[in-house]
Amino acid sequence: MEIFEKLKRRYRYSVILLRQLVITDFKIRYKGSVLGYVWTLLRPLALFAVLYVVFVNFLRIGGDVPHFAVYLLLGVVLWNYFVEVTINGVSAIVGKGDLLRKLFFPRYVIVIAGSFSALINLLVNLVVIAIFMIINNVPFTLSILWVIPLIIELFIFSLSIAFILSALYVRFRDINYIWEVVLQAGFYATPILYPITMVVAMSPLVSRLMILNPVAQIMQDARYLAITDKTLTITGVYGNSFARLIPLIIVISVAIIGVVYFRKKSPSFAEEI
Amino acid sequence: MAEDTAISIKSVSKNFKLPHERADSVKSLFVSPFNKNRKKVEVQHALRDISFDVKKGEFFGIVGRNGSGKSTLLKIIAGIYQPNKGEVKVNGRLVPFIELGVGFNPELTGRENTYLNGALLGFSEKEVDGKYKDIVEFAELERFMDQKLKNYSSGMQVRLAFSVATILAESDILLIDEVLAVGDADFQRKCFTYFKQLKKDKKTVVFVSHDMSAVREYCDRAILVDDSVVVEIGETDKIAQEYTKLFSGSTTTVAGQDKMRWGVGEMKTADIDVSLSHKAIIIKQRISSTRDMDDPVMGIRIRSAAGSEVMGTNTKIEKISTGSFMRGQDRIIVWEMPNILADGDYYIDPAIIDPDGITVQDWWDEAVKVKVKKDRRLPYTVDPGFKIYFSNK
Repeated sequence: MEIFEKLKRRYRYSVILLRQLVITDFKIRYKGSVLGYVWTLLRPLALFAVLYVVFVNFLRIGGDVPHFAVYLLLGVVLWNYFVEVTINGVSAIVGKGDLLRKLFFPRYVIVIAGSFSALINLLVNLVVIAIFMIINNVPFTLSILWVIPLIIELFIFSLSIAFILSALYVRFRDINYIWEVVLQAGFYATPILYPITMVVAMSPLVSRLMILNPVAQIMQDARYLAITDKTLTITGVYGNSFARLIPLIIVISVAIIGVVYFRKKSPSFAEEI
Repeated sequence: MAEDTAISIKSVSKNFKLPHERADSVKSLFVSPFNKNRKKVEVQHALRDISFDVKKGEFFGIVGRNGSGKSTLLKIIAGIYQPNKGEVKVNGRLVPFIELGVGFNPELTGRENTYLNGALLGFSEKEVDGKYKDIVEFAELERFMDQKLKNYSSGMQVRLAFSVATILAESDILLIDEVLAVGDADFQRKCFTYFKQLKKDKKTVVFVSHDMSAVREYCDRAILVDDSVVVEIGETDKIAQEYTKLFSGSTTTVAGQDKMRWGVGEMKTADIDVSLSHKAIIIKQRISSTRDMDDPVMGIRIRSAAGSEVMGTNTKIEKISTGSFMRGQDRIIVWEMPNILADGDYYIDPAIIDPDGITVQDWWDEAVKVKVKKDRRLPYTVDPGFKIYFSNK
């Protein structure tokens, strides 16, 4: 209990600030738009409509995957979350330069606040997906609860990258362009719009590399748990379940690098911006 | 740290690295990783070996001229900058007012901004709730709290910011950086009343200013910083005296005599500004140009009133490339040198010459007349500071 009190006192400022920053971000996100918060719901709905028309009606590439439209939507939503957190992360510190130069507060709060705003978005999107799952008659099982640790894994991975990018961007202003290209490449190198079985058929080696990307692993696992067990996960690609450890190790390594690097760089942010 | 000490600063030094060619882009890191130019870093000493204590309940002033390092010192106390050497200890909760209304968002209402600003200063929603009424009352903005901040006048914004800061900040230590210069006379009076209240309540306040009258009125003690070192710590009257002394040495008068000036005139010294301290002479020369030119030679010369040439140099001797000048674009060249001049009057003569070193663009004798005041008189023109002692050998 005493430790809890100590932690509470130590992180009091961070928690207060984090809360206000997330609230503020949420308040001004849709300022000036007619529909306002409705957009949080409307965006995934519109996305679903597009995916349905393009991939289910015309391209028909996911023929053998049941509930392919929902399957696609889940992938896109998870990927968009990763993009939002990391893109926000790049400019998080530099964008708040004015604040940094005039107040002392734990710098990491800004980066975390950005990822929380994206997390709220993700949760709303997941609710929309759940609705589509009901409409599509996707059977719900208890195993869907395993999606929660996957979301936590994705949260940690995205946040750690955001930490690294935000600190790098203070020194190197090219990072935003580089990261845009990386994300663009990542979008095609991750089995978001096509089933990974297509890749396995073409080159098993490429598919094995592809699935090591934590985002790809998380995406496939989440689809497997929530939508259809026809989804090929990392266990399926490698044929043994120990392979799942590799993306996990990647996530933990990136998290350690992110925290260490950010802590090392953060004292000089105020003067370097 | 003693019980009654609120802030303890021990031999704090702060440097800023000013890279000449910054590795701002990853390209320069890859393209020329071994290029020496990239690593050329000029170190600017903002603070050197500063030590002092602020006692609990003390109203403590930090005084200095612009660029003396006083704001850097305040930011180090606030934790915004990390010192390169030395240590800063703060005993108690500290609230900095480096600037009012930090983080105010024009899209939010006055009420929302109050909570946001409160959080930035470290106050929870509950704490703000409890004082919300007082804040609004003090700011006299009862009718406007649910309007967006962008519809506030700048005076209203300042009032809100000041109210949030002052009403909330019932903390142990306050850092205040010349926030008094804002707001109308009515509001300023309010601020001064607030200061008196702080003093009465025995709050620890660190107050940065170059307004000596305010420092004299409120501060118990003060520190005078000049050229990044401590000149004096002590009673405010003493500090005020020392402070005015800093300026007595820097009376500059522009002679403005154009008859001592000649040259083609395509490039000209538009104006020239000299600042003198006991330690340094800094000449800022603004150059305007009516044609493009690469690498013109610039020179500066200092002559005594009697006419003897004391010192001078030019960019060719110093092997400095002056770069390209564009038509219609002004550039400022800064000449810095130690102030070794003896007490007396001097003339500054700037000159601009074509890259060939022959054609004179603008030669201006006696562009500025400066009066150097030192605490002693020498019958010579240079007073570099002598060390005199006996040696056994």
